[in-house]
Amino acid sequence: MDNVAAKTTTAIQATDLGKRYGSFWALKDCNIVVPRGSVTALVGPNGAGKTTLLKLLVDLSSPSAGSATVLGMTPNQSSGYLSEIGYLAQEIPLYSQMTVEKHLAMGAHLDTNWDNGLAVSRLKELKIPMGRPVGKLSGGQRAQVGLALALAKKPKLLLLDEPVAALDPLARVEFLTSLAQAATDAGGELTVVMSSHLLADLERVCDHLILLAAGETQLCDSIEHIIATHKLLVGPRNEATSSPGYSIIKETHAVNETNLLVRLNDKNFRSSSRWHVHDANIEDIVLAYMEQAKQEGDER
Amino acid sequence: MIILRINTRSGVPPYLQIVQQIKHDIRLGLLKKGDKLPTVKEAVTMTAVNPNTVFKAYRELEHQGLVKGQPGIGVFVLNNPDTPPADAQARLTADLTRWIQEARKLGLDDEATEALFHITLRK
Repeated sequence: MDNVAAKTTTAIQATDLGKRYGSFWALKDCNIVVPRGSVTALVGPNGAGKTTLLKLLVDLSSPSAGSATVLGMTPNQSSGYLSEIGYLAQEIPLYSQMTVEKHLAMGAHLDTNWDNGLAVSRLKELKIPMGRPVGKLSGGQRAQVGLALALAKKPKLLLLDEPVAALDPLARVEFLTSLAQAATDAGGELTVVMSSHLLADLERVCDHLILLAAGETQLCDSIEHIIATHKLLVGPRNEATSSPGYSIIKETHAVNETNLLVRLNDKNFRSSSRWHVHDANIEDIVLAYMEQAKQEGDER
Repeated sequence: MIILRINTRSGVPPYLQIVQQIKHDIRLGLLKKGDKLPTVKEAVTMTAVNPNTVFKAYRELEHQGLVKGQPGIGVFVLNNPDTPPADAQARLTADLTRWIQEARKLGLDDEATEALFHITLRK
């Protein structure tokens, strides 16, 4: 019974998942749950294992430790498994000499679920020249072609590795709009996991967030819950800062002021009157965790 | 049709920004009783936010009694939020103008005046 419930509400579950190259752990102790229908941001410093995690999920690499369940299955290279998953690698692997049209024809030939009409109307709406070799398109257009191809197979899960990293701001917004539209059209049947460094963009389109840093899963929750449980406390210097009501993620001191970014342990936490409680935005929260992880790494 | 805007730097959650903007537009008369709000797809296209964010904003507006969703048709503006009658508004504006003049006379600049207003409002 539990298993059935997990299948319907969870798109991805990883337990102690890890990948080791020689003596180096590219990903370690990764414990995540991605709810079905969510658009999840995957963030963390370079080298935290984001790409490694995505590769493990599509079985382009096999785990050295732990396990993952994706759409109720263990990652494997069978066509049954991969037909439900769209994966767009960082470098957007397209054939530069081949036209957009030819890419679509190839997809239609290789995939039984292929919705060519959907891909064509999507790309025409974006005014992408269908007869032009992909190598002659702009970066933004190439990313849109990659996305359209990944969506044309009607996946239940879409994994995007830094899809907007190389795009100019306008192309970035256009890409995110296409992605949000696809999520709307799928009506909760599509789960998206997208790695990126651009936190402000992510807050717009994503509703969940996973933060990998220092070989650990630092955060894995809905953005709403993360924001609700993290606060910025501003108060006088030279006063005891610790409290059972919260855990300190980041502590900043000035001559006569102390700022604490904290995770609340107690929902009904009330600060003393000398401390002011402010909301923190997702960017501040993620940066605080990344700094904390970096300091711990340096001390090790 | 109104144009929805999202500011990702403001720190205000995107769903709340949509709620605030629509309430503001109703108050300003840009949205009137019976007007249809953008569909979720239109809202997503304008802002690149997650569709669940738009659903949540519309649910919140419905909860506040400002709009009503009609399944399969759309979400429509119901009421104007409580605004004081025109004469009351004029009287309050006159009082506030006098108060601001007084504050300036006493040497408060705009920033200090605003701060005082907000502090008193929250008391």
